[in-house]
Amino acid sequence: MASNSSANKGSLLRLWPWVVIPIVALILPFVFTSGHSINLLNHMGVAIIFALAYNMLLGNTGLLSFGHAVYYGLGAFVAMHALRAINETATGLPLELLPLVSAFAALGFGIIFGAVSTRRAGTVFAMITLGLGALVFASSQMFTDFFGGEAGLFGNRVDAPSMFGVDYGPSENVYYLVVAWTLISAIAIYLLKKTPLGWMANAVRDNPERAQFVGYNPQMVRFIQFSLSAFFAGIAGGLLVITDEIITAEAVGQIESGVVLLGTFIGGIGYFIGPIVGASIVTYLESSLSSMTDAWVLYFGLLFITIVLFAPMGIVGVIHQQYLGMRAGTWNGNVHIRLYLLLTGLIAFFGLVCVIELAYHYFRSWDPSAPFNLMGVTVDATSALPWLVSFGILIVGGALMQLHARPMLARRLGAGSDGGK
Amino acid sequence: MLETIVFSLFNGVLYGMLLFMMSSGLTLIFGMMGVLNFAHASFYMLGAYFAYTVGLATGFWIALLIAPILVGALGALVERYGLRRVHEYGHVPELLFTFGLAYVIDELVALFWGTVPVPYQMPEALNFTMFTMFGIGYSAFKVFILAVSVVMFGGLWVLLKKTRAGLVIQGSLSRPDMVAALGHNVPRVFMLVFAFGCALAGLGGVVGGIQFVTDPGMAFMMGPIVFVVVVLGGLGSVPGALIASILIGVLQTFFLSVNFSLAGAFGALGIEDSGFFGKLWHMESMRIAPVLPFLLLVLTLIIRPRGLLGKREA
Repeated sequence: MASNSSANKGSLLRLWPWVVIPIVALILPFVFTSGHSINLLNHMGVAIIFALAYNMLLGNTGLLSFGHAVYYGLGAFVAMHALRAINETATGLPLELLPLVSAFAALGFGIIFGAVSTRRAGTVFAMITLGLGALVFASSQMFTDFFGGEAGLFGNRVDAPSMFGVDYGPSENVYYLVVAWTLISAIAIYLLKKTPLGWMANAVRDNPERAQFVGYNPQMVRFIQFSLSAFFAGIAGGLLVITDEIITAEAVGQIESGVVLLGTFIGGIGYFIGPIVGASIVTYLESSLSSMTDAWVLYFGLLFITIVLFAPMGIVGVIHQQYLGMRAGTWNGNVHIRLYLLLTGLIAFFGLVCVIELAYHYFRSWDPSAPFNLMGVTVDATSALPWLVSFGILIVGGALMQLHARPMLARRLGAGSDGGK
Repeated sequence: MLETIVFSLFNGVLYGMLLFMMSSGLTLIFGMMGVLNFAHASFYMLGAYFAYTVGLATGFWIALLIAPILVGALGALVERYGLRRVHEYGHVPELLFTFGLAYVIDELVALFWGTVPVPYQMPEALNFTMFTMFGIGYSAFKVFILAVSVVMFGGLWVLLKKTRAGLVIQGSLSRPDMVAALGHNVPRVFMLVFAFGCALAGLGGVVGGIQFVTDPGMAFMMGPIVFVVVVLGGLGSVPGALIASILIGVLQTFFLSVNFSLAGAFGALGIEDSGFFGKLWHMESMRIAPVLPFLLLVLTLIIRPRGLLGKREA
């Protein structure tokens, strides 16, 4: 929430993330060379743009949307149709500019749907977006020409002309295109946040009545923010078409809308970098966790609920708060207690993971008694011992955290502080 | 034609009453706490699964009683230890919490009962043909569903309008601080209402799980439609939810069972079956049916945001 005011000083030094992050992004493909990880990085870029666009609504304007994938997906479908048209003739729009097609398509849809949905904020807005999302997803079965039916639509990025003569066959080359668009979008969204419109969006979020007294129409501010957010979501959709070369109706669906909400919120909606962190984490978890464990959706949900309940400012917010606390000196003399708290938390978390993994093996596996590798130990999920040990770790860790470490930290800090992790 | 109309009317009312069982709890919770419970359909699903599991041991009739109580108890826990925590931050975190909760419940159900449907069957006592219409037999179970929902509506009405508890609930709805000043424990009233609403959804699940399929996807399928009902009927209005449920139930069943298109009804009028409007003109009603509730939702929110019987704007 306070990120705007703190970044106000014009010092150029404050802009270091804008230099460091692109350099890191350019180096990454030399570190992770496998096709799988390049593909993952591409998806992260797409997710980052989408989450940043989403946070223009949730974080900056205070609008909770349950159907933002509509603009992402519809933009992507328009881009896919454009790509197919280019494929047929092998001439026309260069591939680099394809995200612009989807962006303007999404802007168009954003203007149409935004006109009806941004009249009210809060719960009504959330419901309208939910309804519109369900409407568009359900109509994907009606208009099978546009949405390609069950199989979706295919395109071919290699056959499209390139502005710079780049061959987009290898996904490394696509990666640099994704990085370029991610940077452009991030800078544009960041600058938009610093315009009077961005500030008014914050005002409308915090107090629409007072914003109205200053002479702005909250509905108009919401509408413009919504349309712009749809525009950037469209860029993400266009990039998705380029990286995947296939698009299905899932892209406009509720699950996609939910994932972007999850990622943005987990990262932290009050910080510009929050959605970037959140989207990266969620994309990484989605890809790697889903190959490691069947329980990844459950972990996702639990992580989200934990953040909503205990750290509504998100991961970035927690880190920022701890950093501020450290600078203010509240860490003095209690670092060991904090480490102890963290340790107990990690023990409890480890126990929880063991329990969940055991449960998944026990309930889901064809043969629950088959030897099963739990954290490097081969166990039999039908015997009582692994369960007892796992629950034991969970309970001991949780009890130490709640009954010993947290009160200890709270005593040290004096009353009124809730410690945090 | 008459046959089809009577047929879809009966099935539509049946479907509508099932929708009502779910939406009455949701609208009650919303009207009172301002919380739009995203996980409401998940509680409906839990009702079905609990009834299935309990029913394996005790039989259907006891499960019919126990499953909603279990779901209600779970709802009370969720309110006490989850919702109440985020309540002070406003409505958006509450929405987010129930949204995450829906994920977790759906996944836990898939964990414990598997991803394939469970064989949740109607009790033998109701598995006979009650009456026959146009050669199609109607099972006693369908009539039983209607009876349960009617009793539920009556019970709700009496509870809210005729009892002291209902008076407190209605008071907490509009003037929570005043009710608190009169010595009532408003947070506890909230918790009980939330639990009660969840129990109603659970009861819907007990019978709905038999009528439809009991699988982990049932919450995801029903969730959005229940929202439509609540908005269409007017947020917080139980009679509105009843009307909206039946309206949507009948309309959707009608669209599914009577296959027509605008072109079929009014003639092709020289409109080609191509292009956006041409496609719409020739679209069969069957393919429109899944979109229908959401179209109604969007139209309601645009034209009449307070819904059919709502007292205030959503």
